[in-house]
Amino acid sequence: MNEGRRVVLRRAGATGALAAALAAGLLKPERVLAATWNTAAFAAKTPADALKSIGAADALDSKDVLIDLPQIAENGAVVPIEITSNVPGTTSIAVVIEKNPFPLAGQFSFMEGALPYVKLNVKVGQSSVIRVIAEAGGKHYAASKEVKVTIGGCGG
Amino acid sequence: MPGPMKIRATMHDGYTDIRVLMNHPMETGQRKVDGKPVPAHFIQNLTVKVNGKTVVEGQISQAVSRNPVFSFRVKGGSKGDKVQIGWTDNKGESNQTEAAVA
Repeated sequence: MNEGRRVVLRRAGATGALAAALAAGLLKPERVLAATWNTAAFAAKTPADALKSIGAADALDSKDVLIDLPQIAENGAVVPIEITSNVPGTTSIAVVIEKNPFPLAGQFSFMEGALPYVKLNVKVGQSSVIRVIAEAGGKHYAASKEVKVTIGGCGG
Repeated sequence: MPGPMKIRATMHDGYTDIRVLMNHPMETGQRKVDGKPVPAHFIQNLTVKVNGKTVVEGQISQAVSRNPVFSFRVKGGSKGDKVQIGWTDNKGESNQTEAAVA
């Protein structure tokens, strides 16, 4: 038996399969990112449509969703917002800026020990109510807070 | 142009605080320069991993400020845990970086 020939054949088979998998996009080297982006929700032009497309049209108001937001933002281009959900079992948090051209600003999913907390800076085009939706156990809980903007964050 | 990222991960009482700064123009597509619209260019997806496990997945829009800064918190954790954060934008550009919890 020619052992060397066997090895060569086996290797050729294995690399061939790998190449095919790569070509098919099954394996992407060093891929750490989720490739999904909820185009419909982000393209929604009204807060109601945005809420509907993330499945949160029936969100209940809750005091357990906390929003830390300045009352007055001098610069709408950078408005800090800090969100904590005390709803047990929160799996995601979404931010909807009602008066923005595209109200949905972001949605964050938490797993593997991540606390339902996020802090980020957003652009707010004009004084607006910011609505935060926390999802827990398939239900949606909402809280909202208003920010007054003296210089808009969009355009110009 | 999108540039490098910075991660600062620190231990607190019972949780690890992860802060990240991304360099990105986050163009909304609404802005005009000399009457011409500047095309939208913004981060859409971001992923935070701790020791190889995904902890936070975010989808964001052009409403996030330029050079985005995010804070996330993860229960427990210990010094030396590896935090890996990556993003992709609407033009298919991406970046990722790694840091250890201090």
